[in-house]
Amino acid sequence: MAGPLQDWRQHKRPFAAIVSAPIFWLVLFFLVPMGIVWLYSFGQNVGPAAIEITGTLDNYKRATEWLYLSIFLKSLAVAALVTFICLIVGFPVAMAITFATEKWRPWLLLAIMLPFWTNLLIRTYALMMLMGQNGYANKGLGAMWDGASWLRTLVGLQPLEAWTPVQLLYNNFAVVLGLVYVHLPFMVLPLYSALDRLDKSLIEASLDLGAGHFRTLMKIVVPLAGSGIAAGVMITLIPALGAYLTPDLMGGTDSQMIANVIERQFKRANDWPFGAALSFLLIYAMFALVALQSLRGSRAKVGAH
Amino acid sequence: MSNTTFGGNKLGRRSLLQGLGVAAIGISFGGLAGCSKPESGAKDGKIGGTGEEPKLNFYNWDTYIGETTLADFKGASGVDVNMTLFASNDELFAKLRAGNPGYDLIVPSNDFVERMAAADMIVPLDHSLIPNFKNAAPEYQDVPYDPKRKYSMPYTWLALGIGYRKSKVSSPPDSWKVLFDSDEYKGRIAVLSEAGDMFRLYGKYLGKSVNSLTPEDIKAIEAMMIKQKPNIKAFHEDNGQDLLLKGEVDLVLEYNGDIAQIMSEDPDIGFVIPKEGSQLNSDNLCIPKGAPHPKNAHAFINYLLDAEVGKKITETILYPTPNAAAKALMPDSYKNNQAVFPAAEVLAKCEYAKFNPELQPKYEEAFTRVRAA
Repeated sequence: MAGPLQDWRQHKRPFAAIVSAPIFWLVLFFLVPMGIVWLYSFGQNVGPAAIEITGTLDNYKRATEWLYLSIFLKSLAVAALVTFICLIVGFPVAMAITFATEKWRPWLLLAIMLPFWTNLLIRTYALMMLMGQNGYANKGLGAMWDGASWLRTLVGLQPLEAWTPVQLLYNNFAVVLGLVYVHLPFMVLPLYSALDRLDKSLIEASLDLGAGHFRTLMKIVVPLAGSGIAAGVMITLIPALGAYLTPDLMGGTDSQMIANVIERQFKRANDWPFGAALSFLLIYAMFALVALQSLRGSRAKVGAH
Repeated sequence: MSNTTFGGNKLGRRSLLQGLGVAAIGISFGGLAGCSKPESGAKDGKIGGTGEEPKLNFYNWDTYIGETTLADFKGASGVDVNMTLFASNDELFAKLRAGNPGYDLIVPSNDFVERMAAADMIVPLDHSLIPNFKNAAPEYQDVPYDPKRKYSMPYTWLALGIGYRKSKVSSPPDSWKVLFDSDEYKGRIAVLSEAGDMFRLYGKYLGKSVNSLTPEDIKAIEAMMIKQKPNIKAFHEDNGQDLLLKGEVDLVLEYNGDIAQIMSEDPDIGFVIPKEGSQLNSDNLCIPKGAPHPKNAHAFINYLLDAEVGKKITETILYPTPNAAAKALMPDSYKNNQAVFPAAEVLAKCEYAKFNPELQPKYEEAFTRVRAA
């Protein structure tokens, strides 16, 4: 082949050869199925297994009722909280990896990626075993409680009341914790890649010129890592918004998220058109988020020039 | 209502999806690993006693067959049974509505037999190939959800009730009140997440038939559910027996067969069908449309209905069996187990739920409101 592909306009044929496979893949396995689901959202059930595409907007009308909008908003709030916690927890981790010695860095990165080697379902069940009523977390807390009680008797005080297990599972706390646990690597990796590229002499300069550590972090590191933070936020927020397994398995009676409602339309309710309409509302919301982000990014670029 | 149809003639999504072979929204319609596709005629001259290639694709529930049943059948007939598992009727239905991916035999519950027959997804059975049908108890030979057993053969039956930890309750919970309308066991209760079952059982508690609920009833029950919600710990996905066994909850709404399985592990577990009556379910053997080996499937159904074979299956799964001849061979510890076989006067108040396409979305929406409240 002739020369490196610096500009695809000069090398149309090799470019077409390379790009056709992914485009074919994208069209056949993404756009076509999504197009069918999109069509369903304008249809209605005419039998247990038959849908007629009638062009009706009833599904969207129903999907924008307050009941479903409130579930959308709740899911968005949960996803935002998860993203925020991931950012607060993930940022120091990414910093630590960036400033770790060359010898340690690959191992720390490996530790971040390690969870991806295990299926999400298995990780979730493992977390549930840990957090259950008679799980290891409660056993550990119970042992500490008993120890404290024993220490009190040593110094002549009344022993504490018997330990009652803490309710860790089947509530909204469990859902947020489970989602943070699952999404943390998605936040750390883009943050790390942004921080790694950061010119460290700028930090030294800031410190030399009298700014404190916290001020240096807020005025130098965070703005320079802005693109990484934005990428991390999007890559965490969007999957968290569509989370379905975690609220299903770890949530309590009021932990349903929009993806659970969608899943039920496709399975139990057997109402595919309505499920399709809900799915597309979710997709549009995600598009809006991405568009907002890229708009912000392009404006920042224009401002810099 | 049938003005604009998609693609000229009425094209169900089934043919549409089948033609394109796509997967949508996380539900896989994909081909089954290890399942043979329908083949025209047997290859390699390998022909079993039925004139078909000696293979059978069996789509079953988990823990729902005897330990040696499949191997025994291969020994008896030479047919290789390839069993794959599904976890809910919804999963079964979702997989098959996009076209049969190669299954020969499925095990839907009663209301799904009705639904799949209505959707033309299962084929009528040839009773002349199933002489062991005579082993079924008379009440299972003709059932309201499948008159004259046109499409299905009885495999097991089950009833919903309350599984509980004996040491944690003041008295056996013999009324739905403890689950539906009381704060006595606050935070120690798990109920089903299946909207239809929940509404129907609330109806039972209110003294109505499971098949006579009206939109007004649904509204009233929804208000009751919202009121009771703070006392409920979790809506479980038919894994209530695990929650009870692990001590996550002390009372659980579950099927008798599931609780019977853990009663043999933990003597502190009890089961009761509430005095108001309950909802019955029955799992049935059906042949889906487009099955590649229907003759083998008939032979296997007949084999499963055999008394000795049925006994071996029942010994493993411990579910109530509708096979009278197999039940007769079981030990008294099974026949007299109150959890497996509730007393006749309790059973008399239990009903099968009919497939109701109008009410199901209403149940779902009301339950979504309950969860969002």
